[in-house]
Amino acid sequence: MTTLPTSTDKKLGLVIDLDTCVGCHACVVSCKGWNTENYGAPLSDQNAYSGAASGTFLNRVHSYEVQPADKAAQLIHFPKSCLHCEDAPCVTVCPTGASYKRVEDGIVLVNEKDCIGCGLCAWACPYGARELDAEEKVMKKCTLCVDRIYNTNLPEEDRQPACVRTCPAGARHFGDLGDPDSDVSQLVAERGGFDLMPEQGTKPVNKYLPPRPKDVEPEFDILAPYLEPIATDGKGFVGWLDKALSALPGGAK
Amino acid sequence: MHPAPSVIIFTTFSGLGFGLLFWLGIDATAPTGWVAFVFFAIAYLMAVGGLVASTFHLGHPERAIKAFSQWRSSWLSREGIAAVFTLLIMALYGAGLVFFGAQWSPLGWLGALGALATVFTTSMIYTQLKTVPRWHHWTTPALFLALSLGGGALLSGRVTVALVLLLVAAAVQIAAWYFGDTRLKASGTSLASATGLGGIGEVRAFEPPHTGTNYLLKEFVHVVGRKHATQLRLITLLLAFAVPIAILLLGVNHITALLAVVSHIAGVLCLRWLFFAQAEHVVGLYYGKR
Amino acid sequence: MTKQPVLDTSPPVSDEVRKTTCYMCACRCGINVHMKDGKVAYIEGNKDHPVNQGVLCAKGSAGIMQHNAPSRLRAPLKRVGPRGSGEYEEITWDEALTIATDWLKPIREEAPEKLAFFTGRDQSQSFTSLWAQGFGTPNYAAHGGFCSVNMAAAGIYTMGGAFWEFGQPDWDHTKMFMLFGVAEDHDSNPIKIGIGKIKARGARVIGVNPIRTGYNAVADDWVGITPGTDGLFILALVHCLMKAGRVDLDYLARFTNASVLVNEDPKSEQFGLLLRGKDGEPQVIDRRTGKLAAWNGQGVEPDLSASYRHKGVTHRPVFHHMADRYLMDEYAPEAVAERCGIPAKRIRAIAADLARVAFDEAIELDREWTDFRGVKHDKMVGRPVSMHAMRGISAHSNGFQTCRALHVLQIILGTVEVPGGMRFKPPYPKPPHAHPKPHGRTQPGGPLNGPHLGFVHGPDDLMVKDDNSAIRIDKAFTWDNPMSSHGLMHMVISNAHAGDPYKIDTLFMYMANMSWNSSMNTSGVMNMLTDTDENGDYVIPRIIYSDAYSSEMVAYADLILPDTTYLERHDCISLLDRPICEADAVADAIRWPVVEPDRDVRGFQSVLCELGARLDLPGFVNEDGSQKYADYADYITNHLRRPGVGPLAGWRMGETGLQDGRGEPNAGQLDSYIANGGFWMEHVPENCAYYKPFNVDYQAWAVKMGFYDSPQPYIFQLYVEPMRRFQLAAEGHGTRQPPDHLREQIKRVMDPLPIWYAALEDGHVDPVEYPIHALTQRPMAMYHSWGTQNAWLRQIHGVNPLYVPTKIWEANGFKEGDWARVTSTHGAITVPVAHQASLNENTVWTWNAIGKRKGAWALDEDASEATKGFLLNHLIHELLPPKGDGLRWSNSDPITGQAAWFDLRVKIEKSGAPDVTQPAFPAIKSPVPKGPTDQAWKVGK
Ligand SMILES: Nc1nc2c(c(=O)[nH]1)N[C@H]1C(S)=C(S)[C@@H](COP(=O)(O)OP(=O)(O)OC[C@H]3O[C@@H](n4cnc5c(=O)[nH]c(N)nc54)[C@H](O)[C@@H]3O)O[C@H]1N2
Ligand SMILES: Nc1nc2c(c(=O)[nH]1)N[C@H]1C(S)=C(S)[C@@H](COP(=O)(O)OP(=O)(O)OC[C@H]3O[C@@H](n4cnc5c(=O)[nH]c(N)nc54)[C@H](O)[C@@H]3O)O[C@H]1N2
Ligand code: SF4
Ligand code: SF4
Ligand code: SF4
Ligand code: SF4
Ligand code: SF4
Ligand SMILES: [Mo]
Repeated sequence: MTTLPTSTDKKLGLVIDLDTCVGCHACVVSCKGWNTENYGAPLSDQNAYSGAASGTFLNRVHSYEVQPADKAAQLIHFPKSCLHCEDAPCVTVCPTGASYKRVEDGIVLVNEKDCIGCGLCAWACPYGARELDAEEKVMKKCTLCVDRIYNTNLPEEDRQPACVRTCPAGARHFGDLGDPDSDVSQLVAERGGFDLMPEQGTKPVNKYLPPRPKDVEPEFDILAPYLEPIATDGKGFVGWLDKALSALPGGAK
Repeated sequence: MHPAPSVIIFTTFSGLGFGLLFWLGIDATAPTGWVAFVFFAIAYLMAVGGLVASTFHLGHPERAIKAFSQWRSSWLSREGIAAVFTLLIMALYGAGLVFFGAQWSPLGWLGALGALATVFTTSMIYTQLKTVPRWHHWTTPALFLALSLGGGALLSGRVTVALVLLLVAAAVQIAAWYFGDTRLKASGTSLASATGLGGIGEVRAFEPPHTGTNYLLKEFVHVVGRKHATQLRLITLLLAFAVPIAILLLGVNHITALLAVVSHIAGVLCLRWLFFAQAEHVVGLYYGKR
Repeated sequence: MTKQPVLDTSPPVSDEVRKTTCYMCACRCGINVHMKDGKVAYIEGNKDHPVNQGVLCAKGSAGIMQHNAPSRLRAPLKRVGPRGSGEYEEITWDEALTIATDWLKPIREEAPEKLAFFTGRDQSQSFTSLWAQGFGTPNYAAHGGFCSVNMAAAGIYTMGGAFWEFGQPDWDHTKMFMLFGVAEDHDSNPIKIGIGKIKARGARVIGVNPIRTGYNAVADDWVGITPGTDGLFILALVHCLMKAGRVDLDYLARFTNASVLVNEDPKSEQFGLLLRGKDGEPQVIDRRTGKLAAWNGQGVEPDLSASYRHKGVTHRPVFHHMADRYLMDEYAPEAVAERCGIPAKRIRAIAADLARVAFDEAIELDREWTDFRGVKHDKMVGRPVSMHAMRGISAHSNGFQTCRALHVLQIILGTVEVPGGMRFKPPYPKPPHAHPKPHGRTQPGGPLNGPHLGFVHGPDDLMVKDDNSAIRIDKAFTWDNPMSSHGLMHMVISNAHAGDPYKIDTLFMYMANMSWNSSMNTSGVMNMLTDTDENGDYVIPRIIYSDAYSSEMVAYADLILPDTTYLERHDCISLLDRPICEADAVADAIRWPVVEPDRDVRGFQSVLCELGARLDLPGFVNEDGSQKYADYADYITNHLRRPGVGPLAGWRMGETGLQDGRGEPNAGQLDSYIANGGFWMEHVPENCAYYKPFNVDYQAWAVKMGFYDSPQPYIFQLYVEPMRRFQLAAEGHGTRQPPDHLREQIKRVMDPLPIWYAALEDGHVDPVEYPIHALTQRPMAMYHSWGTQNAWLRQIHGVNPLYVPTKIWEANGFKEGDWARVTSTHGAITVPVAHQASLNENTVWTWNAIGKRKGAWALDEDASEATKGFLLNHLIHELLPPKGDGLRWSNSDPITGQAAWFDLRVKIEKSGAPDVTQPAFPAIKSPVPKGPTDQAWKVGK
């Protein structure tokens, strides 16, 4: 199973909008909740109530500061989970076949029953998308909520990843990136969606939408026409007011 | 990368063990009887011990058998197969030497090839990782092979060969450090490419996604102080290469030979510690760490 | 290639879904609680719910960890060690209620004011206040006074509603959204949904905030204003717009008191008051006749410009006064730029953009509507500029006036209650006169003469005795802070400790962590709570407290009434309180026990039902003296506030069957709520959706729904006359006179038109020595102190560095991992620092309430929150430093008493790294067992 399929029927994945992500961590915790209760081993926590706690999460939100040359610094929230790479190095390095990429939709999964917990797949992933669970000692990663998106026990509208369903800002989109007509593909095309670390050659399926330009100076002349003074003081203003009011409907007397 | 004792022990000793097996395999006048037994015992202790140590960092060693299945894509799987193959062949070969005083040379050659393959596949586990630019370089297999063969030669008492190979290994190690120190930069992977935000301006990690630690930080982010690293490199050069070479040049007896071996092993342990500890995984970039 | 493993992609999700309301914060989202084997397995958002529409924040999703937290209290507790030690013994409920009754009954019979009952993060204020009213103490309030009363009161006085649960931007139509001083808000998910919506449409967001994180990070434009100067910035925008005539004259004339006439005779007792007709109604000049007319006369067309002279006294419309003031050069962008830290050009550009979008990009909805003067409008005109603000502008001592300024800006642009602007959520709008006034008359053994809190309209409504001493323990509604509509919870402990205005006997608190993160001067408060008099008795004799968890405050009470978690009790989020409405829908909701408690705990409201009966409180006993409400569920179902109006508006009993809004109690009401997902909702009819204060159809609908008993149309108050009444008193008019030391302050700050003055702390602290502003922000993934006990959330925010801007970072030579000593006039802390470039260059900040006291929250003593986390509260005092005038001025807004958290000024210097953040306090003994080290939570097999 460790060889990659030559092609997949679909390329299911996420599109994450860095222009709208407010960094609320909602996706992080809903992912933790769903995947603790579902697919495979629960996501455990160490020092849960002591020291500096740590635990397994499949989705994490970083934040970065970017300093443009001539403008105020910007802050960008940056959620990151498995990108379900087309050329997934994590799959090919796996010695047991536990890691695999599904032929039907391209989802990269770990079959926990086969996993020996060697960690090599996590070494091979440039994105830090895999975490070895300290309690169960198996490799955990984003499943793209494979147990939700096809789940006939869920209402149709809920058949989407937990993180997408929960994102309050609507910054996460799910769909088939292999289909150029899908909503997600269109979004990527319109907004110039990009790959993380393209030089690593992993060909991620997930795409990121760039933040829109910020702190752009207005193109119009701010004084004329919008702020052309009509008076310099209260008196002048009242004079103008009289004229302006008579121009209003029902005003001329 | 986290310099876990299990992987340091594994790479050091299995490298030496398979190196010794290589020389035993191609030795035209291989020892027999008790002498052979001692050599093979040392080789097997090191090779198997190293392999066993490597299982200590497995979450589920009881499933290790599954690791042989993916030889078509996985260097780890290939290494497992190569190692087992080599150990089996060499066991037969060794049994011939020890118990029957017979040298079944073709088996030895095959085993020697297997030993080389094992060391090479081990090195490829690291070399294949684009995520660790320092390792993703020809120097990695070169160093693994040179060290294995040089160390094996030392263990098997081949003075000249060991001398030459240790010199080669030292040179490769220096080259590996020389290139390695700029590998991350040269790889083109940076926080800018990791985030795709470089087009806006200079990118800096602000707040981490979690205030505690996690698997990624423990496993991939290990910062070695610059001064510390330089000192360790000097110690490595001294112990792994300079001392054994000096002893080889000055002439060997049982005591100095042991000293050379011990010094070499200590040096390689140190070298391997640096190999891991100084290797920067690109995921550290996301955390603003290297 | 081998075959892929067979995967069940349709595993069962849960046995059952129970729908209730989240309470991981006060946003009131609907949740689907998935149950497995009778246990909570997974929580997600309810898609049908008006507040969150299916989404859920980080806290909401972590509810399972809160519900199962080791910190949960397990039984009533009686203190056995000294206060603050955390030493308790578990007792039975009967013992606990007997103790409480024995303490409270004598107080009630002698002097009910000796009970001070204050509640914190509460959603049952209409119930708890009823209880306090029945008890008869004037000393009741919730946490609003230290939270955001400036925002709430300025909104109500100006336009009959503020933001948060009162109002929201018209997310579907707005084209430009300006956000002032918000990190998270109470409306957590709705704001995120809204920002997502407008961003998806490509509309513009401007964030005005010294700190560029969260919402301000996604804003298209960031205005990194200097703290405390928003009022200036806003009035400069007003200046630019008025000077260019870029104001909505028609809207101002019809729907605001811009056209109402003001007395200009400096000698008159009426000076500065509105001209009133015989019926007492404010007067305008009717453009049709040129004569005086009541503002609300049928067909009247108020003239914005005409003035009126009578008996030698000139009366000019409010709008003239505004022109006089705001066209002055002191409000020009150039005059304010440096102080605000915003270039004048930028201010002008924003003003121009506001004008452009409001007027050139106006929208029209084809909806007919009729205003209260009987004028028909064939469409709804929208000015698609919307604004929202919260504590960043309100938690300053100039916050009330700043919030007022913001509303005035909104109103002159014509953007309130119009398409694309800001809209109220029913039952708002509701002008101040539709709210009660404060009441404070006590009688031994009897109830208070009316509701505690309300809106004052002049000196006559103050809660002061003839000698001007305070009636209330928190000194709300006194000359110090006349319009303190939410009380001053942050002054209760210090006043009770000082015996000023009087001593109390029992302090009864609910859901407020007052010995830690919700107090200013935290260590001082701990001392006050443990201080003893010359007899060795506690200065505050008795403290009863209800909490659900082992918080820092638990250690300071004598009697603990353990509450349930939010998944184990009934609650009601009522129209009488702070309901779940959205602008397009009226709605209310319940919580219900989706699981039964596994400990000896009880819902606090149910406990009050029983305690009320034991104390014979009116409203809590039947005529025969028996307990009236068996529990809170019984109260929710059967209580009647006014005829036909109860806590819940859905599924009430009518003559012919079930009906909504008004109606008699329905025994099956809660079941109907549960069947409907835990909430009730009715859409606001289309023709009522905008212009609500003026819209006759909306007014009629509001009466039908029971928001008020008769239509209450009103106009927006650009000029707030009640404030002028206080100024008049300070000028010497009237019988009720302020104490002399407050005259100047009242004259200055109670201006009926918005003004700006420097934060009071600036006048008390040397800004040269303490040049840096220090702020806190809410982390989106944590709720005050109570998020920390959550195993998942504390991994995200387990420590809080002090973020330092580049200039200060470099000046101090800070490096990653460094620590700093931060000093205010009141105290010092030593804390870890971190660098942030996207930050106002004179501001430092940290996340709020991450720091924890050792031993609290069932955490190990080495927990990072206690060793590396810290509170800024140690640097903030409830009183300003002495100024040499012999007085200690309160660190609050002089109008409302709002705690001025964000006025804080500090200095900073590099320091060595101590073992733990300073100050550090001894550990408290945990009244509950500590949690496990590791966990792998999974309830299903
Ligand atoms: N420095 C600084 N300090 C601030 C602020 C700031 O901005 N900066 N903000 C201030 C503001 S606006 C506020 S509102 C306060 C908030 O401060 P608090 O009102 O103290 O809020 P919490 O810390 O959430 O504490 C509420 C208490 O309620 C308890 N609790 C939780 N759930 C339940 C329950 O179901 N039942 C019961 N009975 N108890 C429960 C918790 O255990 C906790 O002890 O903080 C203020 N303090
Ligand atoms: N996740 C989460 N949500 C919460 C809470 C929580 O603890 N956690 N608490 C709830 C409570 S009780 C409240 S009161 C609300 C408060 O909600 P917010 O009003 O959003 O409260 P704060 O986080 O205090 O944010 C104040 C913001 O004002 C900015 N600010 C400070 N001074 C100034 C100023 O002078 N001018 C301007 N323009 N900005 C300034 C600060 O940088 C900060 O961004 O949140 C509620 N919601
Ligand atoms: S993101 Fe990492 S784990 Fe996911 S497919 Fe790519 S390489 Fe594998
Ligand atoms: S940890 Fe598991 S999934 Fe990853 S490479 Fe090893 S066996 Fe494969
Ligand atoms: S798709 Fe599912 S598993 Fe992946 S990050 Fe989102 S919630 Fe987690
Ligand atoms: S839930 Fe959405 S907005 Fe929040 S951090 Fe995740 S992607 Fe960003
Ligand atoms: S905002 Fe979050 S915590 Fe608050 S009620 Fe909604 S889901 Fe719960
Ligand atoms: Mo608050």
